[in-house]
Amino acid sequence: MLCFVRHVILCSVLCFSAAVPAVAQDIGAPIQTLLQTHGEVIKQSSRRTIGPAIDALAASGLDDAKTVLERWQNKEMWFEAETGVFVFAAAAEGGMLRLFDVAGGVEIGVTEKRPYKQLKPNSGIRGLISAALVQFQLNDPDPSERAKALTAIERDADASHLAALRGAIDGETVPELKAKKQRLERLLTIRFSDDDADRITAIQSFAGDLGVDVRAALNPLVATRLDVADTLPENAMPVEVGTEDLSRARAYALLVDKELAAAQTDPATLRDTLIANIDAGTVAGVQVASLDTDDARMAAYAALAAQGLAAPLVTEADVTAALEAFQFFEVFTGAPVSVAQAAQRALSDIETRVALNQTADLALDALSLASIYFLAAIGLAITFGVMGVINMAHGEFIMMGAYTGYVVQLFVPDYTLSILLAIPLAFAVTFSAGVAMERLVIRWLYHRPLETLLATFGVSIALQQLAKNIFGTQARPLTAPGWLDGSLIINDIVSISYIRIAIFVLALLFLALFLFVMKRTRLGLEVRAVTQNPRMAASMGINPDRINMLTFGFGSGIAGIAGVAIGLYAKVTSEMGTDYIVQSFMTVVVGGVGNIWGTLLGATLVGTLQKGIEWMNPSNTLAAQTYMILFIILFIQFRPRGIIALKGRAAEA
Amino acid sequence: MSRKLLGATTALVLAGTVPALADCPVKVGVLHSLSGTMAISETTLKDTMEMLIEQQNEKGGVLGCELEAVVVDPASDWPLFAEKARELLTVHEVDVIFGNWTSVSRKSVLPVIEELNGLLFYPVQYEGEESSKNVFYTGAAPNQQAIPATDYFLEELGVEKFALLGTDYVYPRTTNNILESYLQQKGIPAEDIFVNYTPFGHSDWSKIVSDVVALGADGKKVGVISTINGDANVGFYKELAAAGISADDIPVVAFSVGEEELSGLDTSNLVGHLAAWNYFQSADTDANAAWIEAWKARMGEDRVTNDPMEAHYIGFNMWVNAVTAAETTDVDAVRSAMYGQEFPNLTGGTAVMLPNHHLAKPVLIGEIQEDGQFDIISQTDEVPGDAWTDYLPESAVLKSDWQELGCGMYNTETSSCVQIESNY
Amino acid sequence: MADIALTPPRRPFVARYPSVIIFIGLLALFTIGVTVLSEGFGIGVISTSFVKTLGKTLCLCLVALAMDLVWGYCGILSLGHMAFFGIGGYAIGMWLMYARTEIIVRDSLAAAPLPPTPQEISDGIAGQIFGVVGASEFPPIWAVAHSLPLQLAAVVLVPGLIALVFGWLAFRSRVTGVYLSILTQAMTLALALYLFQNDSGLRGNNGLSGLQNLPGLGHVPQSTLSVIFLWASALALGLGYLLCAWVVSGKFGSVIRAIRDDEARVRFLGYSVEAYKLFIFTFTAILAGIAGALYYPQAGIINPAELAPIASIYLAVWVAIGGRGRLYGAVIGAAFVSLLSTWFTGGQAPDINLGVYTVQWVDWWTILLGLSFVAVTLFAPRGIGGLFDLISDRRSPDRHGADLGPGTGALQEKEAEK
Repeated sequence: MLCFVRHVILCSVLCFSAAVPAVAQDIGAPIQTLLQTHGEVIKQSSRRTIGPAIDALAASGLDDAKTVLERWQNKEMWFEAETGVFVFAAAAEGGMLRLFDVAGGVEIGVTEKRPYKQLKPNSGIRGLISAALVQFQLNDPDPSERAKALTAIERDADASHLAALRGAIDGETVPELKAKKQRLERLLTIRFSDDDADRITAIQSFAGDLGVDVRAALNPLVATRLDVADTLPENAMPVEVGTEDLSRARAYALLVDKELAAAQTDPATLRDTLIANIDAGTVAGVQVASLDTDDARMAAYAALAAQGLAAPLVTEADVTAALEAFQFFEVFTGAPVSVAQAAQRALSDIETRVALNQTADLALDALSLASIYFLAAIGLAITFGVMGVINMAHGEFIMMGAYTGYVVQLFVPDYTLSILLAIPLAFAVTFSAGVAMERLVIRWLYHRPLETLLATFGVSIALQQLAKNIFGTQARPLTAPGWLDGSLIINDIVSISYIRIAIFVLALLFLALFLFVMKRTRLGLEVRAVTQNPRMAASMGINPDRINMLTFGFGSGIAGIAGVAIGLYAKVTSEMGTDYIVQSFMTVVVGGVGNIWGTLLGATLVGTLQKGIEWMNPSNTLAAQTYMILFIILFIQFRPRGIIALKGRAAEA
Repeated sequence: MSRKLLGATTALVLAGTVPALADCPVKVGVLHSLSGTMAISETTLKDTMEMLIEQQNEKGGVLGCELEAVVVDPASDWPLFAEKARELLTVHEVDVIFGNWTSVSRKSVLPVIEELNGLLFYPVQYEGEESSKNVFYTGAAPNQQAIPATDYFLEELGVEKFALLGTDYVYPRTTNNILESYLQQKGIPAEDIFVNYTPFGHSDWSKIVSDVVALGADGKKVGVISTINGDANVGFYKELAAAGISADDIPVVAFSVGEEELSGLDTSNLVGHLAAWNYFQSADTDANAAWIEAWKARMGEDRVTNDPMEAHYIGFNMWVNAVTAAETTDVDAVRSAMYGQEFPNLTGGTAVMLPNHHLAKPVLIGEIQEDGQFDIISQTDEVPGDAWTDYLPESAVLKSDWQELGCGMYNTETSSCVQIESNY
Repeated sequence: MADIALTPPRRPFVARYPSVIIFIGLLALFTIGVTVLSEGFGIGVISTSFVKTLGKTLCLCLVALAMDLVWGYCGILSLGHMAFFGIGGYAIGMWLMYARTEIIVRDSLAAAPLPPTPQEISDGIAGQIFGVVGASEFPPIWAVAHSLPLQLAAVVLVPGLIALVFGWLAFRSRVTGVYLSILTQAMTLALALYLFQNDSGLRGNNGLSGLQNLPGLGHVPQSTLSVIFLWASALALGLGYLLCAWVVSGKFGSVIRAIRDDEARVRFLGYSVEAYKLFIFTFTAILAGIAGALYYPQAGIINPAELAPIASIYLAVWVAIGGRGRLYGAVIGAAFVSLLSTWFTGGQAPDINLGVYTVQWVDWWTILLGLSFVAVTLFAPRGIGGLFDLISDRRSPDRHGADLGPGTGALQEKEAEK
């Protein structure tokens, strides 16, 4: 048999790659034999059946076992379809395969792919392999291998790891790994130790710890089972029927399950029983045609029951009586009572802190959303708030900024550099677009705000379609530089992605820029003068046309930069502008037109509100948006000038 | 306008009659949006159909006739779908229509197709709970995509707690509904199933992602089943990557993310997350290699193939074979000839058309790779598509069998046909 | 339209407004013409799908009429009237779906061994309607869906009530001008988002479908039904036109135009500006609702996308292009632009080959529309209807500066500057 196999291998190697010197594979090596013993299971590649194969490899004590497990996990193990012989393989040029012997990893040669099949362990199997590799890795001289072992234990621990881990703590030299090992050891103690006192000590050591892993270890200990009996047993916690914890229906279903009561007659059984007893157009003497109401059916059923043709009707009163006759209670199933109670105490302590931290996380989310809204609205705060020009194409300026970022990334592959380039470019592009629009459209309509609204809508529709024609309707990637990947993790509950922090910082920068330009520069002074009284400003030597043009361009340019930021955190599509336009106007109007602090407050209100509603109804994000808009509509009815209403001369402009 | 009038004059055919015995050329209607929001997905299918028809013509057409594609643009506008379908059937007198993507557009077309006794091939995975005499569903029903993927989660990945995240529309709603019921039958308690719906194009995912992470607090393995649609996936996967969630901790399986969708994403942080389809471009068969080659030669090297394209490939070839067998393009004759039609899948194995107008197809599960392709790690045998799910009590009693029973909504409990025409 | 304030009020209504007669006459001619050419009743030159398009266009004209009244005459740029239009469609759609499903369910339950109870029928209908969105119970919003009269009342009452409450709140707090526009747009967005939710009980994104099949009239072919709906739409448009013309005539019309031109002055003259605005806002919302109720049975399907803010903006575009402040302008605008839109986006317009680039109208039509809209606002505030002024040889008094508003009595630019 083996001889035959070798022959086939040789042939296949020779036939498919005659040019390569073929090295005969060691078919009889112990590792190959072991793999062949479990060949079927390994090829079947299912987590449910693979266990014995992995265990056998891990326990074999063979030198090659570790390599086989690792390369199998990396999808580098193949087998020849016909013979079932396992090999390692790597891609070679020209769609060929470079084969290696599983025993010793010696190169066999290069061959065609066809006769070989790749083993593709799914992530469930890969997890099991990781767990099996722990014993090899835990004392490995390479710290990164040891870290891998710890990750594997974190993901998928089993009881055998506890002893191995305990043995590996003292020898650990890297302080972080040592701390991690100690923490894991305590977690595993909670889960797997036989000694209750040890477990309780470990539980107590985690008092107030916010880690998800701690709660993951503790929660199974406090698992309970609902049960029912005539009298309350020892150590059981009574449960009231008809409360939120235990509905009447569930309690009665338990009774039925335990055969302590008869099932309530539901409409379907009622109907089926009646149908089964139809006799020449009547049921229990009642005409079938008259059975078109629930009451009539009930009566007919009662008649059937009286004749003994059906099980007696179980009424609500019967249910109540049955429920009152029994005691419902819960008992701990996850651990001995003392351990469970310790876990419960630790958990209730943790839960309070978790709730606090969740609030903090929500606040952080709200702040982040607020900064996004603020960023989207700040350009509008200039064009609409300061100048009073309604620009419905504002959202499209945001989109133009984002697409500028995308185009820059097409030409500049370095993400950091491309973003640094994209920001001034986006400003330049949207600044010019803004100036062009002001010159061509808006300046003719300064006295006709409704017309401005409509004309800018026209521009908005055209720009959106133009973007579709150029870039297509699919979302385009705008990738953040590597240093913005990941999140700032304060603890397992409170975290925020760096990209959101960057947006927050950008929003603050814009606020500072706005304040600086408006309050400290010549341009700002002239802008304020022109918006308050254009004629007076003109007679003072200010050119209102030029100021209007520059202000509008400035506001549009800022929208462009906001577009880059928004594109980084979400997506770049031709329709992204419409997602922000209504919200942006709301933000400015709610805050109070003409005041940047108002816009800031408006954004905070809108962001907080939306997160608040989302928190109350976590399964429906759309509802949050709907109710937020409704709230704003109502808010404006009662405070039409917004949170911060301008007073005095500025308000009359 | 004038063309419509002209078309109508030349075609004074009363609604309901479709020309029997091929008068050349045989017309194939293509009803896919070429503009509007769905254009990005549907234009690909229009190109697929044109390619298939061209290939068939090179083989000599059908019944000795050339095939002619009649392409109309319903512009992602649902009422317009109905109008265009009517135009195809009455003005252009097409013999068959290949079209639609969204469920709502299919529901819009249904009454017209049934009224005029047309024939529609629908190529996209959908929520089931429908069976029309005049529609062949070549995409996956829930039991051909959602249920096997959930089984994979339960058995292969050992997931004990589920987050069902979806965009708020009919496909995720119905699918999640079926899955919730299915999971509970599999012994997952209701409190271990977290359901969330977000609007189309949602971008603020941080809270939802942290909610999902928090699900792991009771020590059970968490898995995400995503029916998130379109653009919203970009933000979702970005947030997932930012939160550092690896596929080994919390795996995500998506039903609406294919090769096309991944091209808008940097996939390096998503390696290992999953998708379930009946087809992946990476399927290693000769037929698929030829198909991809023809597609790239026609459309460009950077184009990818996807699942609905394969559905059209199978549907079109089956229709051609059925027409050849029936020796006519008459709708009723072709429909009878469709039952039991077999055609090889691009992924290996054979697709069979069942009497409930669904296909039996294998289910594939793939892991996302760095290059935006999927590595197929699991492939089942052919699963027969089920029009009415077995996992919802009101649908479990329903059965669709147009061949024997002549009824798409047959109540097996009362042994009666609930309705012949669809209720849209 | 004549300038009412300048004409003696004694002569009969129709004599003062010859345009009304002309319009009604043309509408009747059009309807009869289409009927004769249709498949259902005539020689079959016009296909059924085109008859439906024409019928729908008439409904769009009606809602444009409403928009003209509220914007062109009263100066309230509402970006919410397509929402009212959609609500009307939903109201009638609920009955259509319910009644049609009820017939199916009754038929199927008739085969059961026991006669069905009311609960079983209701469950069956709910299962059919909501099965697709994963529910099987009637939401409270469907409480009166079984009754045609009540749902017809809802067509009028729901948009009316929403407009009344919204308008009362907004006008009371003196929200005017662009603020009001943005607020109405927010209202539209909120409504659309609400309907997009499954929890709204109106089948979420799927909306209501199969509306073209009238309950109990399954045997009547669509070719006949389409003509009947065309008649109904034409009748509604004719009546709506008469009603609008009557509303804008006389003193009432003068007051609302005065509100458009200078709200503060009208208030100082002692008129209750808010009451006038509220009446117009509510009245036009009802008109829009009725138009929607006629439109959607012809379209066959309604879903929340129909209520998206962009639809209301397009409505404003139609009216602006047609010519604000004149009723026939709105009708012309709606008919012209929506039919042209259908033609261009339907892929029927020939592509223009520029050598290096081929202009495909499917892609470029929207851009053209957007830009032409800007052009109309800038250069021709009177729209297409303004052409009639040239023909009718009537000129506005020779005042300085460009027109600010659409009508002849509107404030001129120079006068508006402080």
